[in-house]
Amino acid sequence: MSTLDNRIDFYPTNEYNGIKYRRGRVLPFGATLVPNGVNFSVFSSAATSCTLVLFNKNEEEPYAEIPLPDEFRVGNVYAIIVFGLDYENIEYGYRMDGPHDPQNGHRFDRNIVLSDPYAKAIGGRDIWRDASGLNRNYPFRSRLVFDDFDWEEDNPLETPMEDLIIYEIHVRGFTSHPSSGVRHRGTFAAIREKIPYLIELGINCVELMPIYEFDEFEHSRENSDTGDLLVNYWGYSTLNFFAPKAGYAATGKYGMAVDELKTLIKELHRNGIEVILDVVFNHTAEGDHRGPTISFRGIDNKTYYMLTPDGYYFNFSGTGNTLNCNHPVVRNMVLDCLRYWASEYHIDGFRFDLASILGRAQDGSPLNNPPLLESLAHDPILAKCKLIAEAWDAGGLYQVGAFPAYGRWAEWNGKYRDTVRKFLKGDHNTVGQLSQCMQGSPEMYLHRGTTAGINFITCHDGFTLYDLFAYNGKHNEANGENNQDGCNDNFSWNCGWEGETDDPAVNLLRHRQIKNALTILMLSQGVPMILMGDEMGRTQMGNNNTYCHDSEFNWLDWSFVQVNFDLLSFARHIINFRRQHPILRNKEHYSNHDCRDSGYADVTFHGTKAWHADWSESNTVFAFMLDGYHAKNGSIKDDAIYVAANMHWDALDFELPQLSENRKWHLSVNTSMVPPETFYPLQGEPELENQSNFIVGGRSVIVLIGK
Amino acid sequence: MKVTIQTKNDIVYITIQGSIDSNTAGELQSRIMEELTSCNRVIMDLTAVVFLSSAGLRVLLMIYRQLNAKGGKVLLVNVSEEICDIMSMTGFINFFELYGSIEEAEKQFIQA
Repeated sequence: MSTLDNRIDFYPTNEYNGIKYRRGRVLPFGATLVPNGVNFSVFSSAATSCTLVLFNKNEEEPYAEIPLPDEFRVGNVYAIIVFGLDYENIEYGYRMDGPHDPQNGHRFDRNIVLSDPYAKAIGGRDIWRDASGLNRNYPFRSRLVFDDFDWEEDNPLETPMEDLIIYEIHVRGFTSHPSSGVRHRGTFAAIREKIPYLIELGINCVELMPIYEFDEFEHSRENSDTGDLLVNYWGYSTLNFFAPKAGYAATGKYGMAVDELKTLIKELHRNGIEVILDVVFNHTAEGDHRGPTISFRGIDNKTYYMLTPDGYYFNFSGTGNTLNCNHPVVRNMVLDCLRYWASEYHIDGFRFDLASILGRAQDGSPLNNPPLLESLAHDPILAKCKLIAEAWDAGGLYQVGAFPAYGRWAEWNGKYRDTVRKFLKGDHNTVGQLSQCMQGSPEMYLHRGTTAGINFITCHDGFTLYDLFAYNGKHNEANGENNQDGCNDNFSWNCGWEGETDDPAVNLLRHRQIKNALTILMLSQGVPMILMGDEMGRTQMGNNNTYCHDSEFNWLDWSFVQVNFDLLSFARHIINFRRQHPILRNKEHYSNHDCRDSGYADVTFHGTKAWHADWSESNTVFAFMLDGYHAKNGSIKDDAIYVAANMHWDALDFELPQLSENRKWHLSVNTSMVPPETFYPLQGEPELENQSNFIVGGRSVIVLIGK
Repeated sequence: MKVTIQTKNDIVYITIQGSIDSNTAGELQSRIMEELTSCNRVIMDLTAVVFLSSAGLRVLLMIYRQLNAKGGKVLLVNVSEEICDIMSMTGFINFFELYGSIEEAEKQFIQA
């Protein structure tokens, strides 16, 4: 027997219907395994009493309800240790008594069993789209988990931010298609089977779309035209911030989702791949006053939600409610949650959905110095975690370039996305902006460095990269909202035909545009992010808001590996090109000067004439040169890199800048050529016969290296 | 759950029938740990194990850790396909050597 088992205070003092218990410990919140029992602790600022409700797994009625004696309360926290529980087979919840006075913010209802906001696992959706638990009285049940996973030597990787190449994944979408060839489609375990693919692609970070427990049946409905069930597929609607989505685990039905997810993370780390979670702290799944009471509303409505003066819900998230992030108690919950995922799950970073909400005060007004964002930036446990903001919200706050960063926060660079899209479709008046984007947007992030911006052209929200060049407009009819939903400002161009076509010229141009886009993305300063499947031409058939489809709209069709092998092999090349050239991954912005005496400034701009960039409004041509002697502040000597992007429809003759020290231009990429001449392997680049001029095809990009 | 434990030629043979879950894990662990004090080589026959819960998997890992710390070894025999699959997805399998029969496992010990 260990010393822990010998503690003099782990013995029961009370008994109720044969169940033995005693006063608990108020910290930590949630349910914690202790010798011979389980410690339960829950906070409510306004409840008048609290009852612990215990269920046997999957039984409709509870087997015990233990009203907590008032002496078990410290301040506003109720705590109890219950002995002799079958910790693998129980589920628990609370009944909270208190005022039902919506106008004053209270919505207590002791008839409802509530889920613990700090539960580490939730039962009820153990198997994806299994509807058997739909009509239960207490549908989302708190459960206990083991927290003794054997990580062996694993730790978060702490890859320098500037070296990151992010790949955005939806857990189901990545492997649900029958062509994925995995053992358990659409699960954490299946991602593990695809690690060799990720390694070959060259990315070193996966960003998982929400994996906190959510209800895929929330607002589910039938599409009257197709009969398809539309579900909450993306999962941006959190039920609980500490529990992984059980239905994403092949072992969810055995209650082992935690171990399966940790095993995936450990294995990704072992292969040099970081894991970032897309987290949704702006709202919960409880909706507005018409929504279900699952947890927060019944435990402490006034604390957890931003309420209007008459007790209704502010809706800055566009989904019914807004989490009261800058309330000190909620702020602590967010912090506890992130610390838990960073320490217990070895998560490398977080991307915060609609993060501007995290900077709003309790009355909804934007704060100058938001305490939550500051706490996260300075937290000792999160000190090496990547913190990435989606720097806007649905209440009209748009903070790209101005998000309160505290020297830590990065942002999704929405301006980068729009500028690159406009340039690629040949819009006028974009070249000046593009030059900023290629440099890591110094006009916005001058003092924050290049890594303040996450560069992306596509993400889960909007068109895929293929669809960006196959559709002029969105085609969201299958969402059942008369094509009214989804973004209208797509800056897309269909290359001459709306949707699928047999026209080889159109298809060739689309593939070329994808290669152009990937080249610009991988050759920009800042942190690039690729949407799952864009490297192989994944299509959503023109739908730019596929949040509700558990179908081929969202499932990655792995047959595209063969069908579009030219795209995939190009993506692998250009990603590896980035990884091999440190000059592309500077942490500081270019100085636009020759601080190293190399004969050239770190970055220089050109046009069809060398040394003469054309910034005029109608220009659609842009070229730049990086001198590799300036890589990583001059600490590494890299090759020179020259990029010429011609978005004019016709070929143009580009005069090349001349290199010093007998260096010669070699051809790495020419997107106007067909394989095998689109790109040349690293170190196998042929020297150009003509060192002074290069004819760049219409709507094409070339990349040269000088060595 | 039913457990039989036998020691032959310096090898502890543990045969388990039924399910290993939170109801039975504690008892199983304490019975096996007693045996391990005097022996370094363990063969666990899981032919008749129908289910291993999280708690059950943790008992196996405790045995592995205990033996590993003193240079010993545990070999698993006849793990069903389903349990093998669960062990693989939850990472537990990485710690164990699996054999199709007791004889194969014994051979491994004799060779070593």
